[in-house]
Amino acid sequence: MSDRVQSLSDMEQPETPGSAETRSGITGMVRTMELDLRLLGMVGALLLIWVVLDLLTGGRFITPRNLFNLSVQTASVAVMATGMVFVIVTRHIDLSVGSVLGVIAMVMGVVQAEILPDLLGFNHPANWIITILVGLCLGLLIGCLQGWVIGYLAVPAFIVTLGGLLIWRGAAWWVTTGRTVAPLDSTFILFGGGVAGTMGETASWIFGAIMAALVIYGILRGRRRRQLFDFPLKPLWADWLNISVLTLAVFGFVAAMNAYPVPARAAKRLAEAKGWAIPEGGLELMHGIAIPVVIVALIAIAMTIVARRTKFGRYVFAIGGNPQAAELSGIDTRRMTLYIFTLMGGLCAISAVIASARLQSAANDLGTLDELRVIAAAVIGGTSLAGGIGTIYGAILGALVMQSLQSGMALIGTNTSLQSIVIGFVLILAVWVDQVYRRRIGE
Amino acid sequence: MPTDTAHPLVALSDIHVSFGGIKAVDGVSCDLYPGEVVGLLGHNGAGKSTLIKVLSGACHSDSGDIRINDQKAVIRNARDARAYNIETIYQTLALADNLDAAANLFLGREILTSSGMLDEVRMEDETRKIMGRLNPNFRKFAAPVKALSGGQRQSVAIARAVYFDAKVLIMDEPTAALGVQETAMVSELIKQLKSEGIGIFLISHDIHDVFDLSDRLTVMKNGRLVGTVRTEEVSKEDVLGMIILGKMPDHLEDGSEAGKPSAQ
Ligand SMILES: Nc1ncnc2c1ncn2[C@@H]1O[C@H](COP(=O)(O)OP(=O)(O)OP(=O)(O)O)[C@@H](O)[C@H]1O
Ligand SMILES: [Mg+2]
Repeated sequence: MSDRVQSLSDMEQPETPGSAETRSGITGMVRTMELDLRLLGMVGALLLIWVVLDLLTGGRFITPRNLFNLSVQTASVAVMATGMVFVIVTRHIDLSVGSVLGVIAMVMGVVQAEILPDLLGFNHPANWIITILVGLCLGLLIGCLQGWVIGYLAVPAFIVTLGGLLIWRGAAWWVTTGRTVAPLDSTFILFGGGVAGTMGETASWIFGAIMAALVIYGILRGRRRRQLFDFPLKPLWADWLNISVLTLAVFGFVAAMNAYPVPARAAKRLAEAKGWAIPEGGLELMHGIAIPVVIVALIAIAMTIVARRTKFGRYVFAIGGNPQAAELSGIDTRRMTLYIFTLMGGLCAISAVIASARLQSAANDLGTLDELRVIAAAVIGGTSLAGGIGTIYGAILGALVMQSLQSGMALIGTNTSLQSIVIGFVLILAVWVDQVYRRRIGE
Repeated sequence: MPTDTAHPLVALSDIHVSFGGIKAVDGVSCDLYPGEVVGLLGHNGAGKSTLIKVLSGACHSDSGDIRINDQKAVIRNARDARAYNIETIYQTLALADNLDAAANLFLGREILTSSGMLDEVRMEDETRKIMGRLNPNFRKFAAPVKALSGGQRQSVAIARAVYFDAKVLIMDEPTAALGVQETAMVSELIKQLKSEGIGIFLISHDIHDVFDLSDRLTVMKNGRLVGTVRTEEVSKEDVLGMIILGKMPDHLEDGSEAGKPSAQ
């Protein structure tokens, strides 16, 4: 940088008192916590919902068994919701994700159950790898195609993906002319999080410890970097509050998953399959974290890093904030659109793996109405349809809120039409509360 | 003023731009020499912004030539313009409202760490340094620019243009949103940049300001060039006449000297 701008301090500009860093009191505290306060608020709301549902179901909601099922049921929507955040932040929408999931699941079903067994043999160790690669490529290709039409031909995303919703659902039927494909590859179905598709006790604790370590490292490293440059810092207690809440959540979750025993007969079968010795008093196996949940965690971390730490993420938010400014700053917005939808397609493929593995079959109606669940999850999680605002963790919590309500009401015995009425109201309420909050902190 | 005035930094010749049937810019030529401020004047809709957008890559010309340092230049988008060290401060501030000052300043040219991630702390540090000189009272480094006042936003936009070593600076109504003090700050900055040999296109409706700062004035009316005059050869009344009536002042009617920078 040249030194061309010498001090113009004699031209000082009066600034309104009470700028962000000098404000004190409650608002100052809220200011310094910023995003983290939203995170705490959402976690609090989720816990509240859980407690209420637990009371209404007479203690059947907050049980290891139900929380395990909840985590598995949320996984597929949560994966897609992380991608939907980028789509919505850039002022687009993707209505096709449910249908794309459907067609990919069908193609993967045929590949692993009908094509590969003829070539390699049933349950050949390479089956699941080839199947998932085919699914991923198809997802990326579909996303790329839709992104190209939206970005380069400038057809609105709403229209392109509304077309996609019809096209890919139709295509899903054509793959087998409506026949459901089963049984799937035995390794592939582990991704669905059945009895065998979990990490077991020890691995779950290790996984939890790694997650907690990442949280602590991330927060403290950010603090260290700012200290290096003498920037104003958040109060130390705020950082430690965030760390404790997050690690508590992680270990609480691991503890719950490890408290859910595998039924004795299933445990015996599992031990036989893996060739473990069965001790005298019978085998006491715990589920641990389900594999689809591990996938969600890894994707959430990766997508958060992309959103916050990379040029790509920065451009996503810049385009959402002011597309024209982004363009004038030299960002290729059309190519960004292509990439964002391609990424969305890839995530649909991962969700397709999880969803079909969970059902242990591929049916052409898989993922029906998922587009609405995914969009609702992102929006409940604070993603603004006006663009420019949204977080990955918010979308995942949003997915969890929706699935909690649905499972909880199912436990109570509420009929499905009343369930959708309640979820509809919650969607509207969540967005309203979020907007009030934003206005309060003056964003 | 630099002695070498033989080659213009930028020369636009016979630029045509039309939107549908409207000829927004109709055969306009103008040029800019190092260390010179050229004021672009004209009534609303005269085509000033459109003309300079051709140079900054925000708009395509239908025909016409751009020469930079006496070489033919092709500017298809904002990236190309930046590669030629042409920086622009737009009339409608081109900032992403949801991002903070540092993110806006480095938008499209982020500093990365060795592992390819955004180096946010370095970027904030650089932003603090340059804002410390441009606008020492600026404190809102953590807030999205949406939370800034018009003047504060303007200083972010100016900082961005200045930070990246511009050779040609285009300012489209840089003081439109500013108070008296901030306007004085921008004037001071323009003088300083000029003394360092940067060429500046200045568009403003404040004819007094333009008169004080510009070496030459280019006047447009209805997309056509009225003429280019040296500031010291005309009075404000002459220039108002050019803007309103669209004809050169009587004493310069022969116009032989027009369009040449003053040789010193
Ligand atoms: N994107 C566009 N589409 C259609 N017409 C346009 C567009 N941009 C500018 N114009 C037209 O081109 C003409 C010149 O506009 P321009 O913005 O260059 O004027 P200006 O001299 O900068 O005016 P002002 O002083 O108000 O900023 C106007 O008639 C305007 O309506
Ligand atoms: Mg203009």
